Amino acid sequence: MKQKSLNWIMLVFALSAIMTLGACKKKVAPPPPPPPPPAAAPTASLSASPNTVDKGGATTLTWQTTNATDISIDGIGAVQPNGSQQVTPAESTTYHLTAKGPGGTQEATARVTVNAPAAPPAPTASATEEELFSQTVKDIFFEYDKFDISPDQQAALRGDIDFLKQHANVRFTIEGHCDERGSTEYNLALGDNRANSVKNALVQGGVSADRIKTISYGKEKPFCTQSNEQCWQQNRRGHFVYQK
Amino acid sequence: MKRFHSWIIAFVLLLSIPTWGQQDWIRTGTGLGVEKVRLAVPDFKASTQDPKNSDLLKVFNDTLWNDLDNAGIFDMVSKSFYPLEVPGTAADVKFEAWSSPPPNASMLAFGNLGISGANATVQGWLYDVKNVTSPQVLGKQYQDAATSDAVRTIAHKFADEIIFRLGGGIQGIAESKIFFVSGRSGHKEIWAMDYDGANQRELTHLGSISLSPRISPEGSRLAFSSLTKTGWEILMYSLDLDRVVTFPKFGGTNLSPAWSADGTKLAFSSSRSGDSEIYVMDSSGANLKRITSFKGPDVSPVWNRKTGAQIAWVSGRSGLPQIYTMEADGTNVQRLTDEGYAVSPAWSPNGQFLVFSWIRHYGPGAPGAQDIYIMDIVSKQWVQLTHDGGRNDFPSWSPDGRHIIFQSSRAGGDQIWTMLADGTNQKRLTTAGSNMQPNWSWK
Repeated sequence: MKQKSLNWIMLVFALSAIMTLGACKKKVAPPPPPPPPPAAAPTASLSASPNTVDKGGATTLTWQTTNATDISIDGIGAVQPNGSQQVTPAESTTYHLTAKGPGGTQEATARVTVNAPAAPPAPTASATEEELFSQTVKDIFFEYDKFDISPDQQAALRGDIDFLKQHANVRFTIEGHCDERGSTEYNLALGDNRANSVKNALVQGGVSADRIKTISYGKEKPFCTQSNEQCWQQNRRGHFVYQK
Repeated sequence: MKRFHSWIIAFVLLLSIPTWGQQDWIRTGTGLGVEKVRLAVPDFKASTQDPKNSDLLKVFNDTLWNDLDNAGIFDMVSKSFYPLEVPGTAADVKFEAWSSPPPNASMLAFGNLGISGANATVQGWLYDVKNVTSPQVLGKQYQDAATSDAVRTIAHKFADEIIFRLGGGIQGIAESKIFFVSGRSGHKEIWAMDYDGANQRELTHLGSISLSPRISPEGSRLAFSSLTKTGWEILMYSLDLDRVVTFPKFGGTNLSPAWSADGTKLAFSSSRSGDSEIYVMDSSGANLKRITSFKGPDVSPVWNRKTGAQIAWVSGRSGLPQIYTMEADGTNVQRLTDEGYAVSPAWSPNGQFLVFSWIRHYGPGAPGAQDIYIMDIVSKQWVQLTHDGGRNDFPSWSPDGRHIIFQSSRAGGDQIWTMLADGTNQKRLTTAGSNMQPNWSWK
């Protein structure tokens, strides 16, 4: 009986904790302070001029935002509320701007198409395959401290398996990566588990194991170096690298 | 001997107070329940007129003072209390002036340093100034090259003699070394420095990523893990030959080597089977044996430095990483931490305690500071040693058990810090670039 009432107390406590903390999406973030009376939602626009360039050519990104305090463009980092910047994308790129403010978050994108060099060589089989590989094969992303492949990654995984079975000569490496928060040694072991999870899933899907190498980079080679969840998520992945 | 015992007893008594885990800022270890010896250390005097004297004297005096201050067992009498006339030889000592207030010292370390040609000669004494009839506890003479390195070494040796005499017969650490990872040359390489941060120098030049340096008990070999062309492998560096020597490669991801106390074995983490597990092998790399078998990361093993019978390590078998112990053959697995994110265990020289890094409160409303803790492995009672923010990780114990070195990001990037084993006297040792994973020599 005593145990039962204790359980009740625990349950009530847990429920009230959930109710107070329900607004908090991620485990690590402290609950945000209650927002002041509705702030105006931010607006954002992003354009590229010209939006088509030849390989090696430059284009100018221009953006405007309002009601935003925290503005960043993937690949460029934090930027001023309004501005422009010249970029020279190596390949066709979709620039992605995120404007955060008290009233919410607004995103904007601009696509820059990079034309192939003027005299493209007759596409050889391997070059095409490598290009196809990098266009088609999707990295697998992981939840914090997890190395099992979550349900929302299954579609990407199926696509990877289909492509890799159709291109049976392609050899590749799966790199296991982790976000910056964990400890160096543990993250290397975790990254190894992530790379092997992806490998095992591919093998189960019918991809031959001898085509696959794995390596862990832990938190040694992050894709993104900011300390926020969006960036951390980018770094928790099994990354596919084509092997020549 | 008596002082030594009371020190240990104070430590153990504190660890067995049950309410301990809930409190912060608890005093343990050095000096607990023991009155510290009040020690006066006037600057040594010049005994020759050589022009190099004043520079080397400064090096000597600074090093000696630091060593004795760092030891954590002395109440260092402030120099502003000293009499105007300080002794350079035994004949100059005026006992009354030192033993009565304001200095009120019980011990006095003094002496002189002279340069003649290429040689430096140091005479040093330790006097019990309250014992006028037979005051001498130590009288030492040292001779070495007239260089700042050699003079620093003499100061370390003399400091260690004093610490040995007055610190309950425990060998001092002034001549011990720290091995660590630094990225300041553009790549993460293995570096070495003196225990006080002097003489920082790069050992490896591999141009890759090298991590987790672990010095062998006798101090001649350094095992570490490095990203090679075929993946992460355990490499071996000879401090006698000053180069990386041949060592077997195992395939998979091989990480975090650890020496057994007798230097004959290494434990490490390997994923050669497809899942990271703890393996044990001879220090030559032969007789590889797997001792864990459970899905999930298993990494960072450390042998009990006293008994050699147990291994503590980090396992993610139940979710977030926790510290476990097992016998060296893999049996009798025990979980030590029960919550949060616990990594990087290191055993105390007496085999009784583990020091480790812990994000204890993990979850909603808990911002999750990563701090250094010690735990008594029998009672599982623990104490938090760092409270100053940042990520604190990779603690390693000094040979005398009185100090802990660790990595902290509290001042921005990762740097190496030391503290007494009770968490006091925290000091930063590195500033250039980023510096990580310190490992203290065994002697």
